Amino acid sequence: MLEIRSIKKVFEAGSINEKIAINNLSLTLEEGEFVTIIGDNGAGKSTLLNCIAGEYIVDEGRILLDGIDITYMPEYKSSQYIGRVFQDPLKGTAYDMTIAENLAIAYAKDKPKNLQPGIRKSDIKMFREKLSLIQLGLEDRLNQKVSLISGGQSLAMTLLMDTIVKPKLLLLDEHIAALDPKIAKKVLQLTGEIVEKEKITTMMITHNMKVALEYGSRTIMMHEGQIILDIKGEEREEMTVESLINLFGKKAKHDLENDRILLSR
Amino acid sequence: MNIYTLQSALELGIIYSLLALGSFISYRTLNFPDLTVEGSYTLGAAVSVMVTLAGYPYLSLLAAFVAGAVAGSITALLSTRLKIQPLLAGILLMLGLYSINLKVMGNRANVNLINHRNIYSIFEGTIVEGFQTLITASLVLAVVLIILYFFLKTRLGFVLRATGDNHVMVRALGTNTDFTILLGLSLSNGLVALCGAMIAHEQLFADIGMGIGMVVIGLASVIIGEVLFGTNTLLRRMIAVILGAIVYRLIITIVLEFGMPATDLKLISAIIVAVALSMPVIKEKMELAGRKKANLRGGRSNAGN
Ligand SMILES: Nc1ncnc2c1ncn2[C@@H]1O[C@H](COP(=O)(O)OP(=O)(O)OP(=O)(O)O)[C@@H](O)[C@H]1O
Ligand SMILES: [Mg+2]
Repeated sequence: MLEIRSIKKVFEAGSINEKIAINNLSLTLEEGEFVTIIGDNGAGKSTLLNCIAGEYIVDEGRILLDGIDITYMPEYKSSQYIGRVFQDPLKGTAYDMTIAENLAIAYAKDKPKNLQPGIRKSDIKMFREKLSLIQLGLEDRLNQKVSLISGGQSLAMTLLMDTIVKPKLLLLDEHIAALDPKIAKKVLQLTGEIVEKEKITTMMITHNMKVALEYGSRTIMMHEGQIILDIKGEEREEMTVESLINLFGKKAKHDLENDRILLSR
Repeated sequence: MNIYTLQSALELGIIYSLLALGSFISYRTLNFPDLTVEGSYTLGAAVSVMVTLAGYPYLSLLAAFVAGAVAGSITALLSTRLKIQPLLAGILLMLGLYSINLKVMGNRANVNLINHRNIYSIFEGTIVEGFQTLITASLVLAVVLIILYFFLKTRLGFVLRATGDNHVMVRALGTNTDFTILLGLSLSNGLVALCGAMIAHEQLFADIGMGIGMVVIGLASVIIGEVLFGTNTLLRRMIAVILGAIVYRLIITIVLEFGMPATDLKLISAIIVAVALSMPVIKEKMELAGRKKANLRGGRSNAGN
């Protein structure tokens, strides 16, 4: 489904601020796999998703989605196949347009942008049904501007917008981090439900180890631009938050020691 | 102020609402501060006057629109493809168009239409002759409003409107924003040029300097309209912008009636826009002051919390 072959991404190459954000990383996802991604700050998690989405272009390596090479595909093209939810709810919606109009734009994602009416009567019914699934009462507010709804509501809406046309791949970058705990939990549950029901191949970054183990079918841990842990199946089921933290400490320390060896040479 | 000055203000207001709708597209729906307007307005007038002199007054409106659209698309390309800042891209076009406009007018700074058929002459000799400008301008405006409104309600129109709100989202949902900006700026400058053309027919000449201050007039109309008449729905907002242009014209007419010299007009325009733009901040400050006062009067301050 998704095949990432030894990609590398360096920021500000050649300057004193040079930063290798992704270092020779490879990863293969199966159809319908739901991967949670954890790792310390600056590990390269967001950069990885940005490279896949085409927002950044990798310096080395290849990215294939369903057999299509998307390595150099501009974002607006690869986004035909990829759905993204950002942490900032404002990033996912057009605030000065109505809820219905926002959904309509999402629904027209894989259709030509021509002079057909933006919203049809039949669309309205479908939007209403979809909105009633997220249980935030938005189905009765179709003609209100998005600027009038809360951050949590618009994030839930973004999730809906990104899956209303089933994407080949869904990328979630700490999408619930800015919400208050109650809404965050709800949006997370919603995420799980939608992904499961539609069987969408998904990558979700989270800082919450519990969430990382609870959701999805596979967990990877990143550190300094590489994947240092990749668990699924039984191994993952037996994993607890404590053992995950321990494992992370060990792995990360191991790297540190390697660094020391390099430096002392 | 007599009925004739009032009628003339209304006529000009209706024509200038095309400029206002153009500004609305660039400034509001694309969130693109576009200075091309100063050049494309004059370009529209120049092209239209020349085509009219050749004997095609109605075709000249179409020619003006197309010329303006081309100018707008160049600004869009400079900004999206070559990453030149929007303001600077507009200034470059404004500068370049000055020379082009002179060329269009055959290296003259001023070309007149006196004794030629213009778009308003259609009603000459009929019973409504006294209202020919009003009627023609209203017809054009109505056609533009209807087409524009329905266009902004299509799939293409939706992504155009979303571009100014959130270009990240538009790209994330599979549309190239370089294209929507190109489309929007073409449309916007096309309308501005159409406005310039219709003004030229009204005043019976095109002048190389007639575009000066048009950015500000366009913005003023948009802001005045939105503040006075609301922005709830798209249609309401578009009508508000049109009414804004008319109100702006009325204000100018009244100011002139009070004996203000016409040369001070640009200063007045600048002040109106500065005031209109700062409205939200002023409102907020006043509300804050009101709350502070109420709070202090309430006795206990919230400093401890
Ligand atoms: N646009 C950029 N320009 C320069 N450096 C960047 C850029 N984006 C990311 N980086 C650097 O690349 C490294 C990886 O950043 P990234 O945002 O991918 O980390 P992350 O794993 O998402 O961290 P966090 O958990 O804090 O979100 C960091 O050192 C960061 O400073
Ligand atoms: Mg990040």
